[in-house]
This record gives sequence, structure tokens and C-alpha cells, in this order.
Amino acid sequence: MLIPKNNANQMRTRILVKIVEKFLQGRFADADRIPLELRPKGGEVSRCCIYKDRAILKYRCMASMGFAPEDETDELTSLKEYGERALARQEHATNKLSVITDACSGCIRSRYMVTDACRGCFAKPCQVNCPKQAITIVNGRSTIDPDKCISCGRCQEVCPYHAVIRVPIPCEEACPVGAISKDESGKEHIDPEKCILCGKCLQSCPFGAVVEMSQIVDVLKLLADDDKKVVAMLAPAVLGQFPGTINNLIGALKKLGFADVVEVAVGADITTQKEAAEFIEKMEKGEKMMTTSCCPAYYKAADVHIPEIKPFVSHTRTPMYYTAELLKKEQPECTAVFIGPCLAKRFEAENDPNVDYVLTFEEIGAMLVASGINVTDCEPQEFAKISCAQGRRFPVSGGVAGAVVSLVGDKAEIKPTAINGLNKASIKLLKQYATKGSEFNMVEVMCCEGGCVAGPGCIALAKKSAIMVENYVKTAPDLKDKKD
Amino acid sequence: MEKVKIKICCGTSCFVMGAAQIQVLEFAPPADIADKIEIEEARCMNHCKNTTAKYNRGPFVLVNNELIEEANFEKVVNKVREILNQEN
Ligand code: SF4
Ligand code: SF4
Ligand code: FES
Repeated sequence: MLIPKNNANQMRTRILVKIVEKFLQGRFADADRIPLELRPKGGEVSRCCIYKDRAILKYRCMASMGFAPEDETDELTSLKEYGERALARQEHATNKLSVITDACSGCIRSRYMVTDACRGCFAKPCQVNCPKQAITIVNGRSTIDPDKCISCGRCQEVCPYHAVIRVPIPCEEACPVGAISKDESGKEHIDPEKCILCGKCLQSCPFGAVVEMSQIVDVLKLLADDDKKVVAMLAPAVLGQFPGTINNLIGALKKLGFADVVEVAVGADITTQKEAAEFIEKMEKGEKMMTTSCCPAYYKAADVHIPEIKPFVSHTRTPMYYTAELLKKEQPECTAVFIGPCLAKRFEAENDPNVDYVLTFEEIGAMLVASGINVTDCEPQEFAKISCAQGRRFPVSGGVAGAVVSLVGDKAEIKPTAINGLNKASIKLLKQYATKGSEFNMVEVMCCEGGCVAGPGCIALAKKSAIMVENYVKTAPDLKDKKD
Repeated sequence: MEKVKIKICCGTSCFVMGAAQIQVLEFAPPADIADKIEIEEARCMNHCKNTTAKYNRGPFVLVNNELIEEANFEKVVNKVREILNQEN
């Protein structure tokens, strides 16, 4: 989809930049100015008034510092104080996503609405066909009683004037697994058990009500500490996320204070080798199919929402896992920070003792902006380990399956397909594959449509980034030629 | 007729603050302006460095040499339309 990020999402970047700026300028002494600086007197207002805007910005700042809006016990706690608490904590927040209730406009509950196009006709097919008797005639026009409406859509189907419209709730519509829903007061809440951290609600809410709890302050603190060795693990979707080349970016990250930079595409090569071997073994055993396992959002979806598919999910670990394992073997004392497009990597990291923090490209971008670092001007540097074409193509839809196919070769009959984006329909399809079978035996699943290059933590347009990924693939060696 | 020149700043500051998303103009420009614009990627124009924290006014885009601050897709398209309407 080629729709640029909405203004609420752009505001998130600005907030992150401010958070870094206030950290660098005085360890958050001035943090309470952020809402005022982002919504200055006489400037633009996006909600009812400047004061509500600022109040909500405060909650968004809290989230960027790693605190959930619902953690607030005293409304007078200042951002300065939250900043100090963030700097003092040893463990980062375990909460990941939340909804700022005061920002959620509580998009209307009833999903069907009768518009002005209603002619108050004699036949009244809407009323006749409504199974819940939710429609009454008020002032010569049909009206739906939201308490009775079950959103079946019959009225919309039968109205000859197309007068009934369906008003979606953006976040609920976007959520592939029904994890976000309304409480009694009409405000949205996320159920952490169900949530797969795809980030789709975050991207879709036009009010910016859904926030993520960032680990940016925790990492800033470590970067400022000369005794700590912090290593950046760059996800392969990084191509095109910043101006300049990937070699310039290594230089830029070192300027930010990272001691070393490694490429997760190297781990993706290992995933490819292991997954290809696992596939061959499974087919020899007569299994009907295997799905990929590297997308953590899909992994959790399979676990919680698609139990039918679970037995088919590959046991091979993810590129992040292998990269971190290698890193910690070589540099056991370092702090490993995964930098990628993904929010779901946060819970994968929680179960991986080798990964300490997860940041998004956007968060790294904010650090660069506030530190005044221009990537193109940074000294280009090389990676110590060279990744192959297979690993480099992981972040685009079809890339993982393609990599496995290339290594399986003629050692097994492989019929690949790619599920490009998890949504309600593709989840249904996966269930079908599991129960009824299909013509495919190798199923790649990526939660983000387009692949990781379209992840919620990206800066660049997915299309641009995908082009850069393909160019980067072209300059890489082939994993098949690699001897180890 | 001469095309309207859109210079999107792609220095790190502007790129991160939102210029990257304005590049959608290269792929899916509104139909009415699609063949009337010329898009160019610019290097840092130094607006982000003028005074302290000037990057807060980014991303910067030049439309026929008119500077747009805190630019987004909407603002750029509106400026282009304004220029085209003047010419007619
Ligand atoms: S999209 Fe969801 S979270 Fe956002 S305002 Fe509407 S109901 Fe609230
Ligand atoms: S599963 Fe995705 S859309 Fe649903 S609540 Fe979680 S992050 Fe939001
Ligand atoms: S990055 Fe755009 S003016 Fe410097």
C-alpha cells in the first residue's frame, strides 16, 4: 500500500527526537518543556484545544520513556521525574503497547449508520430485514439503535439507496487477531495475551492513541557510559532506511556510541541453511508442509490464534537469534541491541538471553537527528562478516522462501508460496492449509504486507527500501558457494 | 509548460523527520499533478543546522524555490496546485 504515514505517526518521530534532545542537553532536566515546544502558543492545534494536545503529548512522552500511560499514579508527576526514573531503572518496561484513553476518541460503537441519503421509503427493507429490530423511524428516517445492533450488515445490503454505511473502527479493523477492543466506556484496550505486536493498530489510529513503550532511554544511557560496550545488530530491512550507504551508517552508529555494528543478514544465512536442512528432513519423513518461523508476530499468531498450523511451523530459530548467539560467543561482555523495523521482536528478545534491547529504525533515526549526525558525511566502514544474497533478501516478501528453495535445490520437491501480510483472510487461509492441505509444501509467512521493509518501525517507504534491498542482494556472494 | 520542481531534502535530519514519506510523490502522485512535476532528492540544505534545534522545523522541501517547513505530502501537493493555478 502506498499511503504515507499519517500525521499522528510523524508526531511520534518528533517526540522521540525531543526525548533524545532533552537527554543530551541535561538528562531530562528540561523534559517538561517538550509538550510546550511541540505545541507552542499560537501554533497549530489538532484536538479541541492546545491544552488537550499538550496533555496527550505528555502521555506520548511517557511512553517514549518506557512508561505505560496506565502506570500513572499521580497526574502531577513531571516528565523530568519520569526521565529520572527511566535513567535509574535496571530493567526496561515489559509493557509493550497501550492505548492513551484520553486520546482515543472512542470511535463510534455501532458500525452501521444511516446517512442523509435515506428517503424514509415505504418499503423499509432495512427495518424488515434487521434480525434484532434495531431500526426505528425517527423524523421520517431510519435510525439504528446502537445497543441492539449486532453489526450484521443486512440493512446495508438491502437499502436500494445505499443509504446505510459501515463506519469502521480503524484499530479494530486493522488488528488481524481481535486483540484490541472497547471497554464499557467505549475506549479501546489491548489484550496482551492475544496481541501479536504487529503494530497495525499503532499505524492505523488517526488520533495517535496507540503508543509503544520504547527502550530508547535505556539504550541512550548505556551509549553515554564509556565502560559499556554496546553492539548494534542491524536487521536486513535497514537498506534504504537512512540516506547514504550501509557503510556510512556503520560510521554513523559508531559516532552515536556503538562499539561495533553487525549485520543480522549473517544470521539469516544460518537460518536459511538450517531451515533448508529441516525441510528436506521433514519431507523425507513424509510431512505435508512446513512454514517459516522467522516472523515473531506470525510465530505468536500461530501459537495463540492458529493452533492448527503449529505442528507445521519450522523449529529453526530466527536470524536475530543466530546473530546474537555468534555475537555473544565472541564478545560475551557486550550489550546487544537489535535494530529493526519490528515491534514483535520485543517479545522474541524477552525470551532470548543473548538480546538485551530492541530499537526501531525510527528510534535510531531520532538519535541521529538530535545528535546532528548526517549519515552521508560519516566515514564508511566495513562489516567484519560478509552476508550472502540469501540472507540479504529476507526482508522482502518471498525472500525467505526463495532462500530456502535455492539451498534445497533438487534434494527435495519444493513447492513454495508466500503469505504476504497477516490479516483476517490470510489467517483463515493458513487454517485451511493446515486442515485441508494445499498444493504448496513450503509456506513463508510475513506479518507485514510487503515484508519487513514495511514494518511499523521503518522510516523509508517500503517500495524504496525494497529496491535498495534488491541492489544490495546483487553485490553479495551466493550462500551455495560458501564453504564453512 | 514548465514542470514544477520539487526538491525533497534527503539529509538525515529531514529524511528521518518525514521526507522519506513525502517520496511517495515519486510512486503515486495525485493524478492532476502527476505529469506536471519533477522530483529531485537534495542533500542537506543546512536549514536543519541554522540555529539550535532547527531540525524541529524539518523536513524541508523546496517547491520552485519556495521553502516549505514541517513539510508533509499534503502541504507539498497543495503548494504545487497553488503554483499551477496561478499559471493558468
Ligand atoms: S482508532 Fe481505535 S484507538 Fe484510535 S481513536 Fe478510534 S477507537 Fe480509539
Ligand atoms: S495484534 Fe497488532 S493490531 Fe492487534 S492489538 Fe496487537 S499490535 Fe495492535
Ligand atoms: S537534512 Fe534537510 S536541511 Fe539538513
